Amino acid sequence: MIADVLGALLLVGDVLGVLLLVGGVLFTAIGSVGVLRLPDFYTRAHAAGKPDTLGVLLSVVGLALLHGVTTLVGIKLLLIATFVAIANPAAIHALSRAALRSGLVPWSRET
Amino acid sequence: MTTVIAISAVVLMITLIGPIYRVARGPTVYDRMVGVGTVGTTTLILVCLSGWLSQRLDMFIDIAIAYAMLNFVGALVVAKYLNVPKEDVG
Repeated sequence: MIADVLGALLLVGDVLGVLLLVGGVLFTAIGSVGVLRLPDFYTRAHAAGKPDTLGVLLSVVGLALLHGVTTLVGIKLLLIATFVAIANPAAIHALSRAALRSGLVPWSRET
Repeated sequence: MTTVIAISAVVLMITLIGPIYRVARGPTVYDRMVGVGTVGTTTLILVCLSGWLSQRLDMFIDIAIAYAMLNFVGALVVAKYLNVPKEDVG
């Protein structure tokens, strides 16, 4: 009985991990297409800031679920996810602030 | 499981074309830095995935942590360096 429940939980963790990993790769791909295709620096910073961060978050948490959250490797993976969730938007924000202060004009349809 | 992770790694490698093109071509230096940041985050996932594929995830995780910190500090340093008032820009 208990072994059945544990096996079902492991299966749920595997399926969830694969789903999160695929979703993270998808979001990273969307962010890269945005960095490639959007018209100016600020929109590209948007594409690099949000979908990319979410992609790293989902992929790393998915890998942690696949490997097992309670192991040392899983805890380190969750640590990476936390660090990237804080650091990546902060870096992009600092870059955007530097661009705005040094006079890079945001894109608009008229100019 | 290994197939899913290998396909994910290949998709991420193909995805890297976009930010690398932006680094090579980007009109301003800020575009290049955004491209470098995107390449860094994608490479972070790739390091974890290749660690899984080579079954040495415990070693590759430490490399990934160091890589994330270096990526963050590099972007922050360049942002601080480029943060100059408008009239000083040539």
